[in-house]
Amino acid sequence: MASAPTLARDEAALIDYLQRLGDDSLILGQRLTEWCGHAPALEIDLSLANIGLDLIGQATLFLNLAGEIEGKGRDGDKLAFHRDVLAFRNCLLVEQPNGDFAQTIARQFLFSTWQLALFEGLTRSADPRIAEIAAKAVKEVRYHAELSADWVIRLGDGTEESRERMIEGLDWFWRFVDELFDADPLEAPLVEAGIAVDRAALRQGFDATVNTVLHEATLPLPEYPRGVKGGRIGHHSEHLGHLLATMQFLPRTYPDAVW
Amino acid sequence: MNNDWPLWEVFIRSRGGLSHRHVGSVHAPDGELAVRHARDVYTRRLEGVSLWVVKSSDIVASDPAAAGPLFEPAETKVYRHPTFYDIPDVVTHI
Repeated sequence: MASAPTLARDEAALIDYLQRLGDDSLILGQRLTEWCGHAPALEIDLSLANIGLDLIGQATLFLNLAGEIEGKGRDGDKLAFHRDVLAFRNCLLVEQPNGDFAQTIARQFLFSTWQLALFEGLTRSADPRIAEIAAKAVKEVRYHAELSADWVIRLGDGTEESRERMIEGLDWFWRFVDELFDADPLEAPLVEAGIAVDRAALRQGFDATVNTVLHEATLPLPEYPRGVKGGRIGHHSEHLGHLLATMQFLPRTYPDAVW
Repeated sequence: MNNDWPLWEVFIRSRGGLSHRHVGSVHAPDGELAVRHARDVYTRRLEGVSLWVVKSSDIVASDPAAAGPLFEPAETKVYRHPTFYDIPDVVTHI
């Protein structure tokens, strides 16, 4: 296996980058588990659980790798369950509450559309370990993007109420879109080395897909408000702490438990 | 579950299988979503499979009450079955 950059500074950046990738998937995976048994139809229940499982699988791979490179004996479980809110690196979009079905679909559509472009880029990462994870995950994400786009269209072009809820769902999330494309100084050397994807470059394709799907859904095109940011440096919305309290309760209570 | 979500019968060709087999049903608003949901419910991501969905109302079934006239006459006609030949071992799927 080819080695990642050997410079300590680059290594720290790589670990942080892997945590960003892993935390995005982990937190959205956790959110989707909240739907279990509560979805509008049995079939949707299974689809949401399926997507959640895919995401948690991705998180396991990214966080295990981050822990391995860090070399301090932390694995994916340790990183998932024994970090506090300020140490999480996920984007703000994924930690937002589920809301109603339309809101969940809006979040999934925006995230999966972005994640698909990101992972397609990462399959060509100069770090073969990242490329390998991305190659596995990109097939899953393509399905997530298709399914959620499909539902945006169905709800947007559905009844008067479903349309209204779809618009409201999307409205809630526009402010978190900018962060997805916010190029960060930490990632710059990794982009330079061909390890990370230049996220700013993904914006055009993302906007094109969103426009196409919204057009088909007969929904108005959004005006993006000024984005809120901070997730990548641990400055989260008030929602993440509550999510972690639920997610981490058992391992925190019994830190030495094996399961 | 109202009329917006009719029942669809699901048929799957498993990898290396020879024909589509009925595996169950799903509720979905249309065929496209029926395929997506059938995929999540019945294939668990096993790649290389083929899925068919068909609206249950489009299937015409034989009448159980007519089972006698429909099927029983064949019972006494063993000569219709190719059971009097030796099949070489290399020939499978017969």
